[in-house]
Amino acid sequence: MLFFSYFKELVGKQVTVELKNDLAITGKLHSVDQYLNIKLENTRVVDEEKYPHMMSVRNCFIRGSVVRYVQLPPDGVDIEILHDATRREARGG
Amino acid sequence: MSSSIGLESLVDQTISVITNDGRNIVGVLKGFDQATNIILDESHERVYSTKEGVQQLVLGLYIIRGDNISVVGELDEELDSNLNLSELRAHPLKPVIH
Repeated sequence: MLFFSYFKELVGKQVTVELKNDLAITGKLHSVDQYLNIKLENTRVVDEEKYPHMMSVRNCFIRGSVVRYVQLPPDGVDIEILHDATRREARGG
Repeated sequence: MSSSIGLESLVDQTISVITNDGRNIVGVLKGFDQATNIILDESHERVYSTKEGVQQLVLGLYIIRGDNISVVGELDEELDSNLNLSELRAHPLKPVIH
């Protein structure tokens, strides 16, 4: 649940999601659910020349199971808070 | 427990689905469930190749199992009508490797 809560904090921020088929999509994080499915708004594929497959898509739903990385804005993560939260979760509390 | 973010807002709209095996299927969303299983009506596949423009294969009514779905995109009709698919050349998308 930790990363679900964490991603909810990032709603509204600009992120780049890299998928397990090497496609990378940039957009504004619209929502996340417990499966870490992601909805993005105003999306652009990072290399549109190579991947023109989503040229007429501006809003999309990405299945959590195919996400490889989520690239965050530099101010999107408070490492101290995340450290504490991960330790707390590891302890089972 | 909070609910999934779902695809309610896309029902009866034209969507573009990218599957795990790299296919691109376009159709009207008729239904879905929490596992992202999807019912598509009037669907067609857009086949990308580097040798010729995009081929469109008519599929009709389709159910896609959620396991096999990567991305569900809302197709912007205006942007889509500005695409010249017959001139568009690209490698097919790679399959998802978990």
